Parts: sequence; structure tokens; C-alpha cells
Amino acid sequence: MCGIVGLFLKNPDLRPQLGAHVATMLIGMTERGPDSAGIAVYHRPVAAGQCKLTVFHADPHYHWREIGGALGEAFDAEVDVEHKSNHAVITVAADEAAARAWIARHHPEVRVMGYGQLMEVYKDMGLPAEVARKYGLAAMEGSHAIGHTRMATESAVTTEHSHPFTAAPDMCLVHNGSLSNHNNLRRWLRRRGLEFETDNDSEVAARYFAYRLGEGASLAEALEAGLRDLDGFYTFTMGTRDGFAVLRDGIACKPAVLAETDDWVAMASEFRSLADLPGVEKAVIWEPVPAIVYTWSVQGTA
Amino acid sequence: MIAVDLSETLVRELNGRLHALPPDTNERHWRILNPKGRHALAVGLSAPIEVEIDGHAGYYCAGMNKEATVVVNGHCGVGVAENIMSGEVRVRGNASQSAAASGQGGLVVIEGDASARCGISMKGVDIVVGGSVGHMSAFMAQSGHLVVCGNAGASLGDSIYEAVLYVQGTVESLGADCIEKEMTPAHRETLAGLLARAGIAADPKRFRRYGSARKLYNFHIDHADAY
Repeated sequence: MCGIVGLFLKNPDLRPQLGAHVATMLIGMTERGPDSAGIAVYHRPVAAGQCKLTVFHADPHYHWREIGGALGEAFDAEVDVEHKSNHAVITVAADEAAARAWIARHHPEVRVMGYGQLMEVYKDMGLPAEVARKYGLAAMEGSHAIGHTRMATESAVTTEHSHPFTAAPDMCLVHNGSLSNHNNLRRWLRRRGLEFETDNDSEVAARYFAYRLGEGASLAEALEAGLRDLDGFYTFTMGTRDGFAVLRDGIACKPAVLAETDDWVAMASEFRSLADLPGVEKAVIWEPVPAIVYTWSVQGTA
Repeated sequence: MIAVDLSETLVRELNGRLHALPPDTNERHWRILNPKGRHALAVGLSAPIEVEIDGHAGYYCAGMNKEATVVVNGHCGVGVAENIMSGEVRVRGNASQSAAASGQGGLVVIEGDASARCGISMKGVDIVVGGSVGHMSAFMAQSGHLVVCGNAGASLGDSIYEAVLYVQGTVESLGADCIEKEMTPAHRETLAGLLARAGIAADPKRFRRYGSARKLYNFHIDHADAY
């Protein structure tokens, strides 16, 4: 069992409260996932030519400023480092892939949780309320966010095995369920040059979708390809630069509820997590149909 | 009318109060406020009371119901009225998966849509759905009636025994050993009665009937010795 939440704000006036609403939604899914929790928040776009990396090291006193300084020297670029518990957000005027390669080469002990122009990823062990508090989720503004509360079944309870999983810039995936062909699919993707960081089945799904997107598939096409290639149980929610997508497997053992008003679109494993959203009493609420891809993207708001 | 506000009262406390009611109680009308999708609301009732839930309910609402009438003024999560024994459960909105699963008696009315596995393993309950049902509905249905005023998803009535299914709209596909059967005047009369009890206006003449072909292994007399 796991819990998923996602909130996409259509009304920009609500953006200052994004984190507060998502924190309530995430905490609402505590019973479905008390082992670890994670969020991807889309906000604070960096300037053109810059990228931001959310990085993790288990030591909360890790020397992030020194690493930021060295990264700046290597790229002869300005670097901003924001330290939050055992995570840091590093903004650098450099190519994102080159910056990640530099970190992998010089600091292999550091894990890059997310990267891109907008997305920041925070994930950690513990109850959703603790994780939300540790990273100040309730104070975060933004256009949209995806969250996950994990009850582990397929692999260990660690920060690395927590969701969301990132496999492309500003892209992340959360998963409720378990895949049965992840080993096969991981080998298939490795042969095509992809690298994996964990033995987690959901990471395989994230990299699979990134691979399809990299081939030129649209978001909906990538997810539809997943219906053919992924075997197992899943409700997925994928965050992208300008929206999010939801997909359930055809058998649909894993739950999902969608709700929409003029101001927002929200997704959660259960209605409990939607019950306190503003105006929910007037929302259109429905269960996503199995094996149908749902996507939302709003041009010009992200 | 006794009102219980779940923003102030725990579900466990609410259910405890409902369970403690004797069959001849005078506290017959209850209204539950702020359910907010909480699970296990009004489960295990066994007195002839009326409980109205004002909002959306979570999982297993009114499960194991006996005698009571439970009305949900909203949607319901997984397993509403699962294993209902008697009484009536009415959902004014939609119901998620496995509505009325393994129900043994009573009436379950979903005024909106029900999703996958509606009436799975039903054992005598009557279910009337105002809208459509999802895939694998009435899987292994043993007895009782499932009335669907809209459409039915894939594999309707897979491995069905003696339950009777009435569908007004389209059936995406029939499950193993489920076939269409003749709609006789007696069936139309039964269906009219079910619709009347559910308070749903529909013309019985527009429905088709489905049930077991009785061809699966367990129906075959030559296999009787295996047990």
C-alpha cells in the first residue's frame, strides 16, 4: 500500500498556499504510507541558462557550501546553495547534465534527487507530517506538486528508495502498486544505456517513461506505451514542467480519486486527502477509469 | 434526530454508540456530519435505525449492515455495504470498487455509477445502480439481483452461479460462462419491483437479462465425485 497526492493550481492566486494544501493532502495519506514520504514541488523557476539540482546526503551537516563553491569554480559560474536538513537546492548557471556529471565524478556520495528549471524534490524516511515539517512544505508556493507516502513492499525503506523518482529534467513519478517485470525491464533499459540508482521497481517505471519521452513520445503516448510494457499493479502520477498525468493499470486494484474545480485539479489515492481543499464541496469528483491516460497541462502558467 | 459531527467525534466513538442501540431503541434517526472520506462509517449496524451521512464516505461504509437504513449524501469509497445482511444502503453519488461485495441480503442502491467489481461474490443482495458499473462486476455472483440502468464494463458476470443480472445499456463483454437469457414477463415483473424498491424510474422493457450458462467445471455432474 502507498498513498499518492497531486495538486495542480489553475488559479495563480492560490500559488502562495500550494505547500500548505499539499502538506494537508500528504498527511491525509499517512495510514497508507507511514514508512517514508516525498514531494516534488514546481516553483521558483531559475533564469535562462541556469539549472537547479536538489541533492541529498544523509549527514544533515554536510558541507554543501564548499561543494557549491567548487562547482562554481569548475563551471566559472555563480552558485546559490540553499540547505534544508539533509537536502540542498543548488542553483548554478550551467548545463544541468554537465552539473550532474560533475557531482557524480567529484562527490559520488551525494545523490541528486531532482533536477531541472522548476522542480525541487524532497524525500525522507518517517511519517508524512515529520517529512513535511522538516522541509517546510507548508510554506512553499508554486504551481503544482506531487507527493507520495510509502509503505514499502518491493525494496528497502531508505531515503533513496522513497518516491518521487526523477529520470528527466523537471519530470518525476510516484507509484502506488508493484511491478512484476521490473527486473526484465531494467535489463532492457540498461542495454539501451540507462543507468539505475536503486533496485526499486518504481525507479524502473520512471526511467522507462523518461526513455519513451526521450524517443519523442508525448506524455500521453509514453504512458500508453507503459500500458503495454509494464506488468503489475500501478496507479502512477507523473509530474512534468507544466502539469501532471495519472494512469491506472487495467485491473485497477490500486485506488485513485480525481477532483476538479475552476481553481485546481487534484489527485489522491483516497478522498480523505482532498476533503480539506478550498471549494471541494463544489468540485467534480470521479474515479479515473482503468487504463485511460489523464493529463493536465496549462500553457503559460508554469 | 441525533447529529454527530465527525470533526469533533471519532469514528470509533460513533460506531460504538450505534452498536450499543437495542432493537427497540427510540434513537432511530441519526445524521453524520463532516465525514470527509473517513473509513468504516456506520459499519456493523444491527438495529432498524436510519443513518444519513452528509458528505463523501471512505472505505467499507455501512459494511455488514443488518436492519438499518444508511443513506450517503455523496460518493463512497471502496466496499460500500460489503457483506450487507439486510436493510438498505443508498449512495446518492458514485461508489468505488466492490460495492455490495459478498452481500447476503438487503438492498443496495447506487444512484450514480459504481466502478469495478460491483456485486463481486454477491450471495443474495439486491443491487440497483442508476448509472454504469465497471469491469468484473458480479464476478462469481451466487444469488440476488444486480440491476444496471447504464452500461456494464468488461467481463460482466464472470463465473456466475445463480444471480440474475439486468442491464439496460451496453455490456462491454460477458465473462466466462455468463450469457444473455430470455426476458420473460416474470423477469420484467421482478425487475419492476426492484426498480420500484430502489425508487429509480426506468422501463423494465428496455433491459436485457444475463445469467449463468452452467457450463463450468463445478456445474458438471461428472465432477460431483471429486468432492
